[in-house]
Amino acid sequence: MNLISVLPEILILAIGILILIVEPFWKPEDRHGLGWLTAGGLVLTALVSLLFGRPSAPELVWGGMLRFDWLGFFFKMLFLFGGAATVLFLMGVEQINRRGEVYVLLLASLLGMNLMVSSANLVMLYLAIETTSIPLYVLAGFLRTDDKSTEAGFKYLLFGVMASAVMLYGFSLLVGFSGTTDMYAMVEALRRSGLPLFSVIGVILLLLVGFGFKVAAVPFHFWAPDVYEGAPTPIAGFLSTASKAAAFVVLLRVFLVLFPLEAVQWSLVLAILAALTMTLGNLLALAQKNIKRLLAYSSIAHAGYVLIGVAAISTESGEFFAFSISSVAFYLLVYLVTNLLAFGVVITYYRVVGSDDIPAYNGLSWRHPWLALALLAALLSLAGMPPFGGFIAKVVIFAAAIKVGLIWLAVVGVLNSIVGLYYYLIVLKHVYLYRNEALEGQPLPIPGPYAIALVVLALGVLLLGTVFGPWFSLAEGAAAAFF
Amino acid sequence: MDVLSLPLLSLILFVPSIAALVMLFFPAQQVKLIRWTAFLSSLIPFGLSLVLWFNFDPNQPGHQFVEKYVWYEAIGSSVHLGVDGLSLTMVLLTTLLTPLAILASFSITDRVKAYMILFLFLETGMLGVFLALDLLIFFVFWEIGLVPMYFLINQWGSANRNYASIKFMIYTMAGSLGLLLGIQLLGVLFRTFDLQIIVTEWNNVEGLLLGLPVETVKRVIFWAFVVAFAIKVPVWPFHTWLPDAHTEAPTAGSMILAGVLLKLGAYGFLRLVLPLYPQQAQEYAGALAFLAVAAIVFGAFAAYGQTDFKRLVAYSSVNHMGFVLLGIAAAAKATGTLDANIALNGAVLQMFNHGLSAAGMFFLVGVIYERAHTRNLKDFGGIFPIVPVYGSILIFTSMASLGLPGLAGFVSEFLVVRGAWPILTVYTAVAMLGLLFTGAYVLKAIREVLHGPLNEHWAHGDHRLSDIYPREVLVMAPLMVLLLWIGVYPVWILDVINKAMNMLF
Amino acid sequence: MNFPVLSLIVFTPMVAAVLILLMPAEKRNETRALALAAATFALLLSIWIYATYLIRGLSGYQFVEEYEWLPALGLKLIFGVDGMSAPLVLLTGIVMFTGVLISWGIDDPHTPTGIQERPREFFAFLFILASGVFGVFASLDLFMLFFFYEIAVFPMYLLIVIWGWVVTREYAAMKLTLYLFIGSVISLVGALAMYFQSGMNTFDMRLLEQANFPTEFQIFWFLPVFLGFAVLGGIWPFHNWSPDGHVAAPTAVSMFHAGVLMKLGAFAALRVGIMLLPEGAKYWSWLIMTLAAIGVVYGAYIAFVQTDFKYMVGFSSVSHMGLVMLGFSTLTREGLLGSGIQMFSHGVMTALFFAVVGMVYDRAHTREIPELEGMHKVMPFASIGFIIGGLVSMGMPGFSGFVAEFPIFMGVWKTQWFVAVITSISIVITAGYIMRNVRMVFFGEIPEKFHGHLPPLTFMDELAIVFLCLFMVGLGLFPSLMVPMVQTGVDHILNLLGGA
Repeated sequence: MNLISVLPEILILAIGILILIVEPFWKPEDRHGLGWLTAGGLVLTALVSLLFGRPSAPELVWGGMLRFDWLGFFFKMLFLFGGAATVLFLMGVEQINRRGEVYVLLLASLLGMNLMVSSANLVMLYLAIETTSIPLYVLAGFLRTDDKSTEAGFKYLLFGVMASAVMLYGFSLLVGFSGTTDMYAMVEALRRSGLPLFSVIGVILLLLVGFGFKVAAVPFHFWAPDVYEGAPTPIAGFLSTASKAAAFVVLLRVFLVLFPLEAVQWSLVLAILAALTMTLGNLLALAQKNIKRLLAYSSIAHAGYVLIGVAAISTESGEFFAFSISSVAFYLLVYLVTNLLAFGVVITYYRVVGSDDIPAYNGLSWRHPWLALALLAALLSLAGMPPFGGFIAKVVIFAAAIKVGLIWLAVVGVLNSIVGLYYYLIVLKHVYLYRNEALEGQPLPIPGPYAIALVVLALGVLLLGTVFGPWFSLAEGAAAAFF
Repeated sequence: MDVLSLPLLSLILFVPSIAALVMLFFPAQQVKLIRWTAFLSSLIPFGLSLVLWFNFDPNQPGHQFVEKYVWYEAIGSSVHLGVDGLSLTMVLLTTLLTPLAILASFSITDRVKAYMILFLFLETGMLGVFLALDLLIFFVFWEIGLVPMYFLINQWGSANRNYASIKFMIYTMAGSLGLLLGIQLLGVLFRTFDLQIIVTEWNNVEGLLLGLPVETVKRVIFWAFVVAFAIKVPVWPFHTWLPDAHTEAPTAGSMILAGVLLKLGAYGFLRLVLPLYPQQAQEYAGALAFLAVAAIVFGAFAAYGQTDFKRLVAYSSVNHMGFVLLGIAAAAKATGTLDANIALNGAVLQMFNHGLSAAGMFFLVGVIYERAHTRNLKDFGGIFPIVPVYGSILIFTSMASLGLPGLAGFVSEFLVVRGAWPILTVYTAVAMLGLLFTGAYVLKAIREVLHGPLNEHWAHGDHRLSDIYPREVLVMAPLMVLLLWIGVYPVWILDVINKAMNMLF
Repeated sequence: MNFPVLSLIVFTPMVAAVLILLMPAEKRNETRALALAAATFALLLSIWIYATYLIRGLSGYQFVEEYEWLPALGLKLIFGVDGMSAPLVLLTGIVMFTGVLISWGIDDPHTPTGIQERPREFFAFLFILASGVFGVFASLDLFMLFFFYEIAVFPMYLLIVIWGWVVTREYAAMKLTLYLFIGSVISLVGALAMYFQSGMNTFDMRLLEQANFPTEFQIFWFLPVFLGFAVLGGIWPFHNWSPDGHVAAPTAVSMFHAGVLMKLGAFAALRVGIMLLPEGAKYWSWLIMTLAAIGVVYGAYIAFVQTDFKYMVGFSSVSHMGLVMLGFSTLTREGLLGSGIQMFSHGVMTALFFAVVGMVYDRAHTREIPELEGMHKVMPFASIGFIIGGLVSMGMPGFSGFVAEFPIFMGVWKTQWFVAVITSISIVITAGYIMRNVRMVFFGEIPEKFHGHLPPLTFMDELAIVFLCLFMVGLGLFPSLMVPMVQTGVDHILNLLGGA
């Protein structure tokens, strides 16, 4: 049982080792095969895990270090999928696609994420978070010749370390108050210790700083645009999706498991954070001229939407509302697929055009209607339009808020999605309306890995938006892990 | 096959429209075919209305040849048709004038197809008003008639046609707005638009309506109806659209406009206003009489002041229709008395007569205009020797219009005045003065056109006027025969009218 | 379960859109033919649905199909039409068919008609829009209604921005999309509130109708729900997007937009606002009536003073949609009946209007009414079509507009008689501007500058005009072709309103 519960992690590790082994044997010009190997390995990992590694009833494994449940499993699969897509996108980036360490770092980070979402022990959790973060610091700054990339890596490192420190401080206080590192035992211990409410709130705030940084929630968001802009674009996509989703799962697990009694308080704090995050993210996105920065701000805003769902978990009477958790899980699923698609298009286009400025997208729909269509799907899904996944995701999130009576928050969300629609439409206007006669005749080659990733992601966005029943059931299964 | 077993009224009503629809598929170049089809198909309703006339039993109360079809069940409206003495007279007038007008339009050469189609639709519209026994259907046809007329004026009219046609349209539509609202209220109240039911029940409504006393509501709607019909008649001061429309309309348009369309308004008074609002009509009879007299007097004065022949005839319509309203006002004032009845008889007959004479007059103006391309009275003078036949016909028709004893106009105007005198003495007296001016302007017109020093311009060369053509005589002949016949022996028609009026009021 | 005709009609345009996108870009005429074939198929289906409903004298929700979609939320894909929506399905079929006819471009620089730029994308987006519209009219599931509603809104942006009128398209498209999006998400919030309030774990509107929400709840949520949808219905003062949008959109899109999309708003406002929250509707009917009445008169007046042909038509839509809302607000048999018919009648009429305006503009390259003259000589079909449309528009008896407007006014008489009196002014104003514009645009002499480059109408154009006119005249002369059917829908609504 113990081994099965970490089956994906073992396989990831195996892929990493395999890459380190085969890399020296391949000639440098053949080394893009490493990408195929990684991506294929990840897909295989997902398949094998789905077949043999499914959890049944939630149980603590590895001496209480990990919890083997659907919540973790659901997100592990998601990360494997996101990781595979990221790898495919990395394969087209000239400076790094032939370097094995890129893939290995990515795999390490994936490993960390997988552990993050299943950690049941604070020590384990901290280790997992650092395992996730450190490779990402490196990856963000990987293009050493590029000043922006270097700056991104360094900035990410500094802010990340600081946030980690604050979070670690919170952890240590918790351990000190309760005398245990086991999350599932801690709640009882905390209750027995008779800790005053304001101390608990203090700890919650410390933890929020850490998680806030990871999910790039206002006011801990300011690193995100610079890092996304500077980092290699596939890494930026990965940062904004998988890494963010992992942080949200941790947030859910920590808050729900450790602070069920203070739910009313942290709900309120999160609701306010949600409102601030989406509003600020959207408003700042309005002014962007660079599509990566625009996506960065939009991903900040999306963190805000997810926070609505998290804030809506607890009702006023302090009961938990499973639907909200499912809505968060579903939103993260949709957001991951959608945002990866958006970054995918940006990567593909940048590879040919060499610019991320929005006006550079003029004439795209003439030059390559299908790529334009993919961008359309991604942006409209982000905006929350059917028949794309974003619509359903937004609806369930707002539904959760309304259900628990957070109508004001739902209204703020609604207003925000209008602002969001506005700037997404602006991009689409460049794609569809403005022309760039000089470039229109020229071909726009899409490398094979990109084509595969884009098609899969685009179909995913469409599928999530139309046949959403099965997917939502999966999210519900994940949510059920808490009850 | 027995003609009477056919749905005669629907046939009369829809044959012109069906013919028009068929003509849609005719090639536009086949002018002759189109003209004759239009003419012949307009003769069918005429023939059928003669059948009606001879099979109509004037002694039987209520409506005859009644037909009823489902139309708009949800709001209680059906295609309910029927004739009594009043509407039969009007149907006869309409079906008679339409073929004549079409015959008169044979001189039209521009877009004949569209013209004829519109004309036939127009006939359906007018007949529908006279035949309808359902308020909503009444209104439907009332409005439908506007459209072809608008385009006839707008497309085939003379110089100032745009202004005239839009004025015609707006006046009539604005006028019928009150009518529409009134009809809606009645429909809401009774859940049906059947005229007979509404007339009976409406007079029994008591208490509050829309939060207001019933009497007040009735007064308001009464005036809404009156304004709608008064615009159509037209009564002073709502008449200003008429000279423009008449003057600018093509000849046949003017014939129908004066001959039939104006009668729609008067018919509305008789069919709707008096039965629906007897008390209000009585209450405001004085006001109506005042308007009538104003129309008579000002109409006459205005006609006298015109230099445009057609405008002069147009104003004469205001003048003559004033007598119709005077008769109606008198009847409203003293419902049921013998005098009132006489006045009503006069009014209805005046409608018929004016239809004949005004149509004739407009046609004759048209005839001379087609030749001379001017209607200015000052441009003519002494042309009788050049166009003797035309001159005689013109004099005959003018005399009928003027009310010369022995011709139709005299009979009806005499009846109106005779009936109104004991009821509305002062008004009638003033109206008599107006009658004097009627003589004056008609004579002025005849003098300026036919007599006096000859304007040499018309006697020689290209400008020489040709006399009236046989086709044009053919148009005038039936009118003249009827004018004379009614003038000498009005009983045949008065009998029908009189019995109808007795039963109605 | 019956033959799934409604799924077929909803997904036909969607499938067609995908097929069209798969066509090679050079095969322009083949693409058009494919579009026309799909539109014809959808039209035939819609006629079949309508005729079956009418001839069999059906009532209630018919052709119902039910598929589980998201059991966790009780969300199903339920299709079904009743007496209110069946005419609108037919309307959509008609507008789609004629829209394709009108957009049938000829690849010849001298005949500037239809869509010549990227027809493939145009038809694809148009059909996605059509699919959404069919979906809204056919959905009996509240959530799916929103789903299709949004699908109908977003292609609009691209259609306007890419193929619209160069001068205002960016502004208008953005304005339109944002307005409609705001409206719909606000309604969505209300719909979710209903879902939770009912506690029935279903979005099935047939069940939600019976939910008997508490009165205070209904009063609170009615306005957001109704007005959110009514934005798309062009209700004053939220009508602002509509004339701009109409004007900027390419012809077929304007047709869709005014002809069908505005009905979408009105229809959804009825089905979700009034039918699910009847008590709220009763409470707020005075407000809706006031707004609608202002819209009716205001729209007509603004249309009257326009010199741009298309703006004129755009504002006339505001006025006419105001009448629809006015009919709703009466909550009476007559008013609702009239509104039901008015939605159809106005849809056909305004589609015709925009078609004609488009034909004129394609040829004359101006829409300034004072500059246009004598168009009748070049395009007699268009002018006669416009005149018939105009007569419908001014409520002339014998045409469908009268059949629709008369009961509306009767309904208003029953509730607030002075509103009837005031709004009836719009009839005269409408008559005024229609007549004036007919005269100015179509009659008279063709100005010198147009000589020689006003190509005649194509066969497709003429076909579209005749087709649209048929419906307006047919319905006007024979109201029983539609009234009994709408009546059944109205009866149902009245039941929900407590037999008012």
